[in-house]
Amino acid sequence: MADTDKLHVSLVTPERELFAGEVDQVVAPGVEGEFGVLAHHAPFMTTLAEGDVTILDGVTKRVFQVRGGFADVNEDGMTILAEHANEYGENVH
Amino acid sequence: MASLKDMRTQIGSVKATQKITKAMQMVAAAKLKRAQDSAENARPYAKRMAAVIANLARGITGDSAPQMLVGNGSTTHQLVVVATADRGLAGGFNSNIVRAAREFIAQQTAAGNKVRLITIGRKGRDQLKRQFGDKIVESFDLSGTKVLTIDVVAPIADLIAREFSEGRADVVTLFYSRFQSVIAQVPSAKRLIPADVDLSALEDTHGAVYEYEPSEEELLETLLPRNLSVQLLASLLENNAGFYASQMSAMDNATRNAGEMINAMTLKYNRKRQAQITTELIEIIAGAEAL
Repeated sequence: MADTDKLHVSLVTPERELFAGEVDQVVAPGVEGEFGVLAHHAPFMTTLAEGDVTILDGVTKRVFQVRGGFADVNEDGMTILAEHANEYGENVH
Repeated sequence: MASLKDMRTQIGSVKATQKITKAMQMVAAAKLKRAQDSAENARPYAKRMAAVIANLARGITGDSAPQMLVGNGSTTHQLVVVATADRGLAGGFNSNIVRAAREFIAQQTAAGNKVRLITIGRKGRDQLKRQFGDKIVESFDLSGTKVLTIDVVAPIADLIAREFSEGRADVVTLFYSRFQSVIAQVPSAKRLIPADVDLSALEDTHGAVYEYEPSEEELLETLLPRNLSVQLLASLLENNAGFYASQMSAMDNATRNAGEMINAMTLKYNRKRQAQITTELIEIIAGAEAL
């Protein structure tokens, strides 16, 4: 995964995998403040506050509303586990 | 011996039964597909959760470890959660789970431990009520819920967590049916508390040092109760898939048995009919000769 500048991210709920793919950046609401994750981020784990997770890839932006979430970032990418998550809709700028 | 008319009615009734079992088999097959899909869809989440907890658990030792992870050092109060289906007509599906739970209860009682029960699903409650009625803490009936979600199992997980944190349970074991394949459902036990940390789920972190927000202990404190619901949900979904698979094969057997029965009965019916015709012919010929 180290030879690309894309971040592998998967957003999983107990019902199904909501999103999986290579993206540029993810912005998530951590309990100790909002944070952004790019490729090659240092390993990091946090619980998420209730709020929006934004996934940015090129010109596409996808926003998911997340409740009861947890994020795990390691060199394989980022995994967001959420008890409840749903998408607002896909926006192209 | 039954008359010809009786035999006709009997064949008719077996045929009607066969139609019902055939229909039930087809309904179960259709539902199995969906149940299997949702059980599979739940797997990535449960797997990731197990990996994360294993990862956290490795870093925590000694007194700071949450009791839900390492237990409270006692095993005297056993809480047994028995998850069965709400309906029957699925071969030995429900009975197999209950039997496994009964054996465990007998074992624990023999060891001098106190056992209490939570049942999920109507069939399990019905089968355990008579013998262990006074030990049942609560019975959950999920027959009204169409789709199993994390919200459906949350009250059950909450109750289990409360029983543990208030000291009424030391060890919590879940009995359910593991969905191995369409033809094999294995009644299994899964330890919920202390959490059964699967170190094989652990990912190789390449020696990288994790940063935790908030601290590891606090993370575990919030994740362990969540893991409880996730484990419950995954088990219930597997149970559901197993139930339909079991019902499908039970109904397939029943349809085949009914078919065999119809064949045997039709053969007997035809023989008897022929014998009767022969007797009548002999009577007529004998009568004609006498004239």
